[in-house]
Amino acid sequence: MAEYQNIFTRVQVHAPAYPGVPLTGRNAERWGKPWFSYWLGKFGDAQLGPIYLGWLGFWSIVCGVIAIEIIGLNMWASVNWDPVQFVRQLPWLALEPPSPKYGISIPPLNEGGWWLMAGFFLTTSILLWWLRMYRRARALGLGTHVAWAFASAIWLYLVLGFIRPLLMGSWSEAVPFGIFPHLDWTAAFSIRYGNLFYNPFHMLSIAFLYGSTLLFAMHGATILAVSRLGGEREIEQVLDRGTAAERAALFWRWTMGFNATMESVHRWAWWFAVLCPLTGGIGILLTGTAVDNWYLWAVKHGVAPAYPITSPPVVDPATLQGGGP
Amino acid sequence: MRAIACKSLPSGVLVACLTVSGCESPPVETIQTGYRGTGMVQVDNQEASIAKRAANQPPAAIPPIPGDETATAASAYQNVQLLGDLSTGEFNRLMIAITNWVSPQEGCTYCHSAENFADDSKYTKTVSRRMLEMTRHINSGWKPHVAETGVTCFTCHRGQPVPANVWFRDAGPAHAKAYSGNKAGQNAPAFKVGLSSLPNDPFTFYFDMADEIRVASAQALPGGNPHDIMQTEKTYGLMMHLSRSLGVNCTFCHNSQSFSSWSQSTPQRVTAWHGIRMVRDLNANFLTPMTETFPRNRLGPLGDAPKLNCATCHQGAHRPLYGASMLKDYPVLGSSAMSAQGPTAP
Repeated sequence: MAEYQNIFTRVQVHAPAYPGVPLTGRNAERWGKPWFSYWLGKFGDAQLGPIYLGWLGFWSIVCGVIAIEIIGLNMWASVNWDPVQFVRQLPWLALEPPSPKYGISIPPLNEGGWWLMAGFFLTTSILLWWLRMYRRARALGLGTHVAWAFASAIWLYLVLGFIRPLLMGSWSEAVPFGIFPHLDWTAAFSIRYGNLFYNPFHMLSIAFLYGSTLLFAMHGATILAVSRLGGEREIEQVLDRGTAAERAALFWRWTMGFNATMESVHRWAWWFAVLCPLTGGIGILLTGTAVDNWYLWAVKHGVAPAYPITSPPVVDPATLQGGGP
Repeated sequence: MRAIACKSLPSGVLVACLTVSGCESPPVETIQTGYRGTGMVQVDNQEASIAKRAANQPPAAIPPIPGDETATAASAYQNVQLLGDLSTGEFNRLMIAITNWVSPQEGCTYCHSAENFADDSKYTKTVSRRMLEMTRHINSGWKPHVAETGVTCFTCHRGQPVPANVWFRDAGPAHAKAYSGNKAGQNAPAFKVGLSSLPNDPFTFYFDMADEIRVASAQALPGGNPHDIMQTEKTYGLMMHLSRSLGVNCTFCHNSQSFSSWSQSTPQRVTAWHGIRMVRDLNANFLTPMTETFPRNRLGPLGDAPKLNCATCHQGAHRPLYGASMLKDYPVLGSSAMSAQGPTAP
């Protein structure tokens, strides 16, 4: 079998457990005595722990567990507490947002109140986790790139479940918590607002989504291909281009005339990933608030192509004499 | 290397089997029905198609009696309210046909009293008389949907006293849910909506009541469209029923570029539009008014009469019985001379 087909790490470095840099100030201690797992080492670092929990992490987990309990117990109640049916029907089950008649008021518990509560705890949990990522990065003296990339995903989540429903004046515009139900919601959302594929921000989001996978594949492949020459020491090679970086650059210049650098490829990747939910969130935010039918909007602005009609002309029967509602 | 292959082979085969277990058996063919690149295609599984065609064949017509000049049924029999103008020969031919279509096992006495055929004591006779009126109402008043093909008793009944596809109002889940577990009328694998998690009682809303089906805006910018995403899910559920009942996919009627646009739709969408109004008309003016006529065991859990939907006639075929017209052999069922008291169709 060729080497590049191996999905597992081939080199495991055995060294004494590394506890991390000393923590100062009001930081709590890291927890747990580190240990090593050969199997973890197959796809990551073999060292497990110690872990830093802290108050942010603690409350984030508490809020997350509360949210999942509210969602899960409501799903279970919806099949009359039957454990077998809970497992069988799980993909279909959901906790639904309030119906439109409640607007953005607080509905009775079983009419969307649980949904609102689950949303509150889930959002709190996610925001606390974001703060925790930001603070841990700072405590290590890192940049906060990971936190800001995460913030981009949170933006899309907040637009879907909070900001847009507020602007539309109805919680019912938000997404249900459920596996199939949230997918059906997505399809219904597109149909209600006249085909989301004609939303230019949705187009951008798709471009960045597929672009991200393409960049990831190109970058991963390039580095693996030059790792025999030391290519995985990417950061050093930003400043001191060795033969691996030279060859990787040459390869892409030969094949497409242009190449990224050891630094730029990471900036590309970060921005593609961040722009995917960022543009997507803008697209969702504009739907129903600024544009009500994306297809008609696209026709108006010359985006949607007109195809020849092959069947006899069809007229809305409701507009003809004698047509009903 | 070989050892790894030997170990992973059985699990690989198992994974492959599980992966394809939900798939249809090939060959599945797609037939282009619109302009290239627009996705206007119909998906056809030939094997399933052949089975469906075999299950949707009309029975052979009873040949008419040659030179039939017998007296009218009205003069020969008592209490003939609807078909009195027929000759007795033609009248009996139709009665035998109806018995074959509706109650082949039970025979004449499913509706008639054995002692006195003119007697109206059995509820089934009252119902079948109204059903004859309904058949004529459909054939004469709903030509935009049934065209000249028309319908007969067999279109729905297929040899069963109660058609296989009738529906009742949904009683909902049996347990009380005061504080938690509100399904909001959806989120259960319901056959009615193609086993999706969509709202699973489209019939009550659209075929008993006449809720608005159209949800998308007729203009690009916001203003004046009160329909929300939850209503859209209800419409979507109804469309799953149509798709399943007719054995077609969305693009039989719609262009997915814009589901709501009529100018891009196929002529079949107009036929379906009339069909939905026809079902509402029949439920409101023929089936529901018979609630008192039916015995309790023929009513639904909420005490409502059995009602129609698209599947009642279509039974998986885009045209019932794949367009075979049985009406031409029994033209009296299309006569509007003694049409129903129901409102005239648009």
